[in-house]
Amino acid sequence: MTGFNAHGVWAIYRFEMARALRTLWQSVATPVITTSLYFVVFGGAIGSRMQSVDGVGYGSFIVPGLIMLSLLTQSISNASIGIYFPKFTGTIYELLSAPVSAMEMVLGYVGAAATKSVILGLIILATAMLFVDLPIKHPLMMLAFLVLTSIAFSLFGFIIGVWAKGFEQLNFVPALLITPLTFLGGAFYSIDMLPPVWRTVSLFNPVVYLVSGFRWSFFGQGDVGVGASLAFTFAFLLACLGVIAWIFKTGYRMKE
Amino acid sequence: MPAILTVAGVSKTYDSGTTALSPIDLEIEKGEIFALLGPNGAGKTTLISIICGIVTPSGGTIDVMGHDAIKDFRAARRLVGLVPQELSVDMFETVLATVKFSRRLFGRSGHDAYIEQVLRDLSLWDKRHAKIMELSGGMKRRVLIAKALAHEPDILFLDEPTAGVDVSLRRDMWKLIHRLRTRGVTIILTTHYIEEAEEMADRVGVIDKGKLVLVERKTELMKRLGKREVLVSLREPLRAVPAALANWDVELADEGHSLRHSFVADGDRDGIPALLAKLRELDIDFTDLETHRSSLEDIFVDLVGRKDAA
Repeated sequence: MTGFNAHGVWAIYRFEMARALRTLWQSVATPVITTSLYFVVFGGAIGSRMQSVDGVGYGSFIVPGLIMLSLLTQSISNASIGIYFPKFTGTIYELLSAPVSAMEMVLGYVGAAATKSVILGLIILATAMLFVDLPIKHPLMMLAFLVLTSIAFSLFGFIIGVWAKGFEQLNFVPALLITPLTFLGGAFYSIDMLPPVWRTVSLFNPVVYLVSGFRWSFFGQGDVGVGASLAFTFAFLLACLGVIAWIFKTGYRMKE
Repeated sequence: MPAILTVAGVSKTYDSGTTALSPIDLEIEKGEIFALLGPNGAGKTTLISIICGIVTPSGGTIDVMGHDAIKDFRAARRLVGLVPQELSVDMFETVLATVKFSRRLFGRSGHDAYIEQVLRDLSLWDKRHAKIMELSGGMKRRVLIAKALAHEPDILFLDEPTAGVDVSLRRDMWKLIHRLRTRGVTIILTTHYIEEAEEMADRVGVIDKGKLVLVERKTELMKRLGKREVLVSLREPLRAVPAALANWDVELADEGHSLRHSFVADGDRDGIPALLAKLRELDIDFTDLETHRSSLEDIFVDLVGRKDAA
């Protein structure tokens, strides 16, 4: 087995990016509009009556959580549809018969999904800056969290896309798992505001670590230590890679 | 002829316990057109899918020009192109984009002149900027062929290339396949139309219930199995087969209103003109005649029956 198929990876990557351009409206405009609505409601209407959280104005406080919310749902839906669609239409025959290794396939699909998520995160960030004053204390760490989370959740989305047997299952995980976890994961509040019991329960919510780490990169403080956040992000990424390796080894729902 | 593709002991048993393929051994010669014949569900597509890497075999090995299809999958797959049976193609893409995508996916850099040639050969050049969803079924199949040829494969698999295709398109497809062979592409196609195998193949493999029942040169197979029948409608009914026709394989049908003659179409001696001349000689008037060629089903019944008897 010799020779990395760079042309193949590039072909998949470009195909996926082109798909996003064709559906530019859904890919970019929808999340931007949704985020703006959150600002109007939470930042403007409610936020003006709220005290600052940890010395940060409420409007600014919710920005990292909002970006995370979009990042998680969009990474999952982009990557899952990317691999699910060929399975659904039957065009996967070509991928499976091509000299493309499992790793290269993941690189193409997940790379494209993660790229889209990072771009989306930056667009939402720019949108947010129009509404509120936003300091970024650790810009490099901010980017690192953005990129790592996008990759990790695109990998997760890829797994869902392979697992899903129908379109309703594609929406199942983002709608029933990710959105509640994000809302309960301190996207709109600090878990310090919760009663002690719920604070402890929250520590079992993985999204708390993602939001906290990301918020730390903006304001220099989070609900949990930045080390714990980074460790969790990496652990999740590795776990997804492990599952994907298993999928390709066994051919699970890809090959008969 | 050297073998370009060697299938050795390849079998497939699904998790459910169904055996789709019993161990199959097959050698494909360089430059030939090989037709894999069999009824629906015989295992033709499974065999092709295993060779192309879409289905994992339960056992056996596949060698493509010296490259093991699993251990050395990159080298092996680059040599192979596959045109699937279903019209599975990205509907929102343009013809040109999807063909270029296929070429890159198979690890090759762009080669616009070659792609133009392929599209022109398939009469798709004028449609290169059309979205695939706008094309007719026959056009879509040609797009699939263009995609399979985009990376300049040495071996092309066509899974039921003319299933659900009208007669004139089928003729076009046959011509196209012959042209590809002239360019040196080895072609393996599956079909359940015997006419198709007859029209195109150099060799024929018959697969039934997951077993490769026989592999033979087409000419020999036709000689052995291509039984034909002619039914002559008579002006006046006959009571018995005339004595002069006793040595012919002739029987009365339709209460003496017609004569049925069976013969093997081997090309050396065509039974119909000889029979008609004989009838004229005997002053037997006829009004119509109908010929019938043994269908693949007949051949199967024959083959399987003989196997069971042996």
